[in-house]
Amino acid sequence: MNDMDKKSILVCCGPGCLSDNSDEVLANFKQKLQGQDIDIKAVVKGTGCQGLCEMGPLVRILPQDILYCKVRAADVDEIIEKTIIGNDIVERLLYHDTDSKKGVVSSNQIDFYRGQKKIALRNVGLIDPKNIDDYIAQDGYSALKKVLTQESREYAIDEIERSGLRGRGGAGFPTGIKWRQCAEFEEKPKYVICNGDEGDPGAFMDRSIIEGDPHSVIEGMTICAYAIGANNGFMYIRDEYFLAISNMTHALKQARASGFLGKNILGSGFDFDIEIVRGGGAFVCGESTALIASIEGRVGEPRAKYIHSNEQGLWYKPTVLNNVETWANVPFIINQGAERFGKIGTKKSKGTKVFSLVGKVKNTGLIEVPMGMPLRQIIFDIGGGINGNRKFKAVQTGGPSGGCIPEDHLDINVDFDSLAEAGSMMGSGGMIVMDDRSCMVDVARYYLNFLSGESCGKCIPCREGIKRMLEILNDICCGKGREGDLELLMEIAETVEEASLCGLGKTAPNPVITTLRYFKDEYIAHIKEKRCPAGVCRELTSYHIDQELCRGCGLCSKQCPQDAIAKRDKYFAIDESLCVKCGSCIDTCRFDAIKVGGRISCK
Amino acid sequence: MDDERKVSVKKMSDEKITTDISFTKEILTKYPKEQRYLLAILQDIQRHYKFLPRKSLSMVQEYFDIPLSRLYSMATFYKALSLKPKGEYVIKICDGTACHLRGSNIIIDEIKKLLDIVPGDTTRDGRFSLETVNCLGSCAAAPVVVINDRFFGKVTPSKLKEIIEEYGGNGDE
Ligand SMILES: Cc1cc2nc3c(=O)[nH]c(=O)nc-3n(C[C@H](O)[C@H](O)[C@H](O)COP(=O)(O)O)c2cc1C
Ligand code: FES
Repeated sequence: MNDMDKKSILVCCGPGCLSDNSDEVLANFKQKLQGQDIDIKAVVKGTGCQGLCEMGPLVRILPQDILYCKVRAADVDEIIEKTIIGNDIVERLLYHDTDSKKGVVSSNQIDFYRGQKKIALRNVGLIDPKNIDDYIAQDGYSALKKVLTQESREYAIDEIERSGLRGRGGAGFPTGIKWRQCAEFEEKPKYVICNGDEGDPGAFMDRSIIEGDPHSVIEGMTICAYAIGANNGFMYIRDEYFLAISNMTHALKQARASGFLGKNILGSGFDFDIEIVRGGGAFVCGESTALIASIEGRVGEPRAKYIHSNEQGLWYKPTVLNNVETWANVPFIINQGAERFGKIGTKKSKGTKVFSLVGKVKNTGLIEVPMGMPLRQIIFDIGGGINGNRKFKAVQTGGPSGGCIPEDHLDINVDFDSLAEAGSMMGSGGMIVMDDRSCMVDVARYYLNFLSGESCGKCIPCREGIKRMLEILNDICCGKGREGDLELLMEIAETVEEASLCGLGKTAPNPVITTLRYFKDEYIAHIKEKRCPAGVCRELTSYHIDQELCRGCGLCSKQCPQDAIAKRDKYFAIDESLCVKCGSCIDTCRFDAIKVGGRISCK
Repeated sequence: MDDERKVSVKKMSDEKITTDISFTKEILTKYPKEQRYLLAILQDIQRHYKFLPRKSLSMVQEYFDIPLSRLYSMATFYKALSLKPKGEYVIKICDGTACHLRGSNIIIDEIKKLLDIVPGDTTRDGRFSLETVNCLGSCAAAPVVVINDRFFGKVTPSKLKEIIEEYGGNGDE
């Protein structure tokens, strides 16, 4: 088969595009191209996430590298006719540059893709995850072959250690050291685990890797298993990730059938297999010891780490546990060499990091950037800036364990240490952009609310401390904040941080601490002036229409679910007694005429 | 009226369990008698019945010869498991960070107004259940609502009203 003169039609089937019916687009392409007897040389593939979710469903055509955006099933005929049979471009489906308004043909000319560097995502969006040959065609499993034919098992460990790879699941522990320690224990059996729990409530990186390139994770785990001498692996994937589990199950079968897994892998005499464990949907199960308890069939409660899981992990046996993205990096490092990997990134944070860039940003999507890129560049160049050109307020990284970073810190570089210095953390890679319509007190409350539901309850500082902080924040948000609340919050935060058993509690106060550090004014406005500057906390908000700015178009009135907006004379006005402060009107008004005020009355 | 309704719901669910008990048996034979399969078994039961029926739990308990309280602690710990039956239509509101920022709590309030249920509840007629979920990976379309397997993006309160009406729930009941 000569793929060179064949066109590939890559239809994105990542979670964002799928939810916008990209499966219909894919089916339509397949049906149209198979049904026709004209001689069309094209292959159609459903791929993992291609990144620019905002513009989905995406269709990419290779080798010309044409990217079509917001493609509907009805567009398929035109694409086939113009681009596949002919060599023309369907102008209206191109990405249009926000400044020049011109159509951009290829993805590497789009700002969103230009600054990115793909390692962990190297195949995601490019290959058909259900077809192992696609993976092999991209050098897949060659790293495993290389390792198996090396004379010593040390080789892989050396390479990973020299590469400087650090864990992508949160804490950034050096992966090579983890492997080496585990390899040195005599006890058998040993285990290898992939952490695909992805507990961060606002993130979808790990699932995108599992869905879009499952073999890279399998290959990474197998390489490690060989190096440390393990014969069994477990892949812990959260149960809701239906497609991820299905693609991974399929990939495991194919890998076994092709001799990359199972007995006597590639004739080396080495046996290794991987089993999928479906996670039960508990954030704390992403923590390594809780995850291990969950695999063992118990309630996922963490234990104190007097002894590392390295030595006593799954069933008290030596265990290496790494995050999905960490595993996906491994084959690349073995293939390209530690030096080449080490050239990317900063001195202490090598390589790249995947983020799900979401929130109030123009280009919502899945990105991978070299470590050390300034936050500003990520948000304003790749992300395209703030939705509706509103004002940037903060960016949140690290999920519920992380923190909010304000505008005057936007020039810090994204690496493990700089983020920690700013009071946040790398986390597993959620990056949530907030604008002036996001209330920072509400954000802190959101995370604490999430965490109070997820605290396993084993230790008191976490179980009770989070709840008490949440109560205070609830009070502040509904206008019952009192003098002294902020001091009390800080005091509890410090105790919870210090005295909790596992990482969940230890990091839980971070959203509170960082918002207090950078946005204290907003807290004070809530407490003293009974006003929510962002117009989010309902009890502290009233809306009114500025008669000077209102043009009387009436769009807001149509959007209002409460019928609270009516015409008075020439202009529109809001009936306060009916308004539920949903903000629909603010979002629809094109003249910025709807203004946020403080509390009107105490009910 | 209310009592009648309760009886009929109870009858229905009892009937369903007696006819379906074979499924629980079937699941149990699929897994070896090892503790590590406990979660997977409960998940399978949950998927089939949409909750964990008491009878199935008793069977699991006997099979593993463990106290029922252990199963109870699993059932209450893991979010994927529930002890209450779910409604015919399960409304999942994404309360991931991106959806929260783009107003998912307004959607939750709106559902409360329309159907008088909060997350975790089922309407009295057994038609709708409400759940909140974490990021569905469709943040570009935030806020996101999923009903059974159908997906709705960029949901506003007024859009939600139409959606719920389409499923036969209207606020005036
Ligand atoms: C509360 C809590 C939740 C966590 N959730 C995850 C998660 O969802 N995914 C993940 O890979 N690591 C998570 N971690 C980090 C893991 O404990 C562990 O450090 C990591 O998986 C190790 O892999 P790495 O070295 O490759 O990063 C979590 C930690 C804590 C304390
Ligand atoms: S936060 Fe709702 S889809 Fe991502």
